[in-house]
Amino acid sequence: MSIEHRDDTGARFGMWLFLYTEVILFSGLFILYAVSLAKYPHQFAEASHKLNIYFGSINTLVLLTSSLTIALAITAIQRNQIKPTLILCGVTVGLGALFMVNKYFEWSMEISHGIYPGSEHLAEMGNGITTFFNLYYFTAGLHGLHVVLGGSLIAVVAVLVAKGKVTAERYTLLENSALYWHLVDLVWIFLFPLYYLIL
Amino acid sequence: MEEHKHEPVPYRTFIKVWIALLALTVVTVVVSRIHFGAANIWIALGIASVKSSLVIFIFMHLRQESRLFKIGLLILLVILAIFIGLTFTDILYR
Amino acid sequence: MSDSTLANSGFYSEGPRSGILGWLLSTDHKRIGIMYLSCIVAMFLVAVGLGLAIRLELIAPGQDIMGPQTYNATFTVHGIIMIFLFVIPSIPAAFGNLVLPIQIGARDVSFPKVNLLSWYCYIIGGLLAAIAVFSGGAPDTGWTFYVPFSTQTSTNVSLAAFGAFMLGMSSILTGINFVTTIHRLRAEGMTWGRLPLLVWTLYATAWIQILATPMLGITLLLVILERFFGAGLFDAARGGDPILYQHLFWIYSHPAVYIMILPGMGVISEIIPVFSRKPLFGYWAMALSSLAIAFAGSLVWAHHMYASGMSDFAILVFSLLTFIVAIPSAIKIFNWVSTLYKGSIELAPPMLYALAFIFNFAIGGLGGLALGAAASDIHLHDTTFVVGHFHYTMFGGTGFAFFAALHYWLPKFTGRMYNHKIAFIAWGLLFVGFNVTYMAMQAVGIQGMPRRYYDYLPEFHTLNLVATVGSWVLALGLALMFINLWRGIRSGRPIKKNPWGGATLEWQIPSPPPMENFGEEDPVVTSGPYEFKGVTADEY
Repeated sequence: MSIEHRDDTGARFGMWLFLYTEVILFSGLFILYAVSLAKYPHQFAEASHKLNIYFGSINTLVLLTSSLTIALAITAIQRNQIKPTLILCGVTVGLGALFMVNKYFEWSMEISHGIYPGSEHLAEMGNGITTFFNLYYFTAGLHGLHVVLGGSLIAVVAVLVAKGKVTAERYTLLENSALYWHLVDLVWIFLFPLYYLIL
Repeated sequence: MEEHKHEPVPYRTFIKVWIALLALTVVTVVVSRIHFGAANIWIALGIASVKSSLVIFIFMHLRQESRLFKIGLLILLVILAIFIGLTFTDILYR
Repeated sequence: MSDSTLANSGFYSEGPRSGILGWLLSTDHKRIGIMYLSCIVAMFLVAVGLGLAIRLELIAPGQDIMGPQTYNATFTVHGIIMIFLFVIPSIPAAFGNLVLPIQIGARDVSFPKVNLLSWYCYIIGGLLAAIAVFSGGAPDTGWTFYVPFSTQTSTNVSLAAFGAFMLGMSSILTGINFVTTIHRLRAEGMTWGRLPLLVWTLYATAWIQILATPMLGITLLLVILERFFGAGLFDAARGGDPILYQHLFWIYSHPAVYIMILPGMGVISEIIPVFSRKPLFGYWAMALSSLAIAFAGSLVWAHHMYASGMSDFAILVFSLLTFIVAIPSAIKIFNWVSTLYKGSIELAPPMLYALAFIFNFAIGGLGGLALGAAASDIHLHDTTFVVGHFHYTMFGGTGFAFFAALHYWLPKFTGRMYNHKIAFIAWGLLFVGFNVTYMAMQAVGIQGMPRRYYDYLPEFHTLNLVATVGSWVLALGLALMFINLWRGIRSGRPIKKNPWGGATLEWQIPSPPPMENFGEEDPVVTSGPYEFKGVTADEY
């Protein structure tokens, strides 16, 4: 208590370990995906065509760019450029929000077509297609939850940067939030081709 | 307990990586419109792996971290391969 | 906890806050360890009560004290509490927190606040499970939550599954903390070759907690989503695959049995050298076999599924791989026995529990081979032999290791010694009661009695009666042991630093340890954990 303990490398290592657990969490859904794809290749291709490739592509660009901005924010804070750091964090959070807005319109469109887990219309489409959309909703939903969490985390840390609690000398908190945000990007890098681009 | 201080990565490096990621995204979309049969999925996964390596090693600074971090990632990938691979001993031969 | 007679010294009286908040908001690893220990023991006692009720129902054929629905709920809740609230956190969360930082010469774990958070996850998980039991029908699926039943039953499965999810979260946070702590906070001179075996096993365990537990998380989330949306991912009629659920579940839950047993093995590896006054035989073989068990344990999950309808090829592969686990486990047994050989053995209570562990675990391990071999498993699958085997490893193994740890380290952390004579008697009752109960259960399983039924055929009566009587002896032993330990904590003789003559770091600091563990100066380690030259036990 009296002796201050600080270990930045340890904190980063702990964050990486936490990211491993997130990867395994998503991998459960990807195992289900792989098995179902092996079982229903044609149905998966057919279902994939029903997804809107423009929404998917735009969201990919949005997330990749947000990953860039948060990476730049780290360099900025290392160089003690506080204002650029805040702007870059703000852009990242904004892009995350844009991603969710896109997602909202995409999902509303699909739901208005009667495609959502447990719907009768989906059940009528036949076995493989139902599986595809269930997995799509669960995986993208879990991913969306992570976008919200990651965005909130970065917003909170940005406030701490503005208050001078996170500085060029002590920025592990920002770095770990950035790591989390990159994980969100990584999941999407796999999610996008597997769900939107199956032929 | 050695402390590992990172040198700031130049803005330019990150922007180059970002351009590469965007280019790879275009490639993966274009390639997915051409029929290669079962190879399509492997090409898509291959490109995604290249993209994620870029993100992991450069955006996430893994290149600058000590060996421990890299071994950790390797362990994760091995375990993932085991989980997926051994599940398929059932699925493929049922 | 806050009892004034318990201790007025050490970490009980120091710290920034006093009173109950000094515990609930404390980030000190010792206080968190004590909080874990109290909750875990309480949970254990509840689940023991349920276990005794199950045995009582099985005392004779037909309905004795409860009907089928109550029986199903009873064994489900017994399983959930024992697995998720007792065995998994028992040694890592309680004794790992208490002992690990001190053994490597650290002041605390790497992330003390995360450590406290993991305790709250544990409490929330436990509360959710309790609410699930007392509102709207206790879950009746068995602790495995198998589909399709778990997605269809009207009992409170969603809440219980979410409780288990939170408990998994708690386990993950502990794992992350321990791996980081062991890598980053070892004292000067505490090389990897000087780590006590408990630390090695906790290290291996922590990796499993990190890499396997999230799979349980996603599996349980999927069960909950299935119950809300009826998506049909595991429903064959709608193109799903129920066997996939079993894969996902056991990808976590088989490695989880190594989360349960490895720390127990670590405790035994600490105790045997101390009471044999000999260095541990084959230190590196013991250290690396812990990692080998952790790794091999992640290759074998589908040996729970031979009768599920998965492919014959998979049965072949998993049966083969299962035998690999026997190798590092046997290394451990042989090395413990070799450590005992020509040692100056002192039969103190911790040592008795350790010896019982070796005996029980050998039986449990060999029974595991009978279940791991596909041919014999087809006969034994879903019989009480499986239940007996599981209790031999988890109760006879981890449970006894937990009791050994209680007798070994509780004096250190309370500063007082229990009565040895009563401890011997309690140990005798426990050992006899345990073996009678579960040996009878294994025997009746080989005869073909299925598990998870409240009723059975008359020809199984005798052995079931024996098992039930055995369970009473066991219960008596448990009661005596806990009363003795409690009285020791309250009014036992005070002890000095090193009552057993251990050479690891925790025996070089006062009992109970002070808040900062080692005072102002960080310790410098110059000798291995089992070098007993010049180390003597204090009188008490």
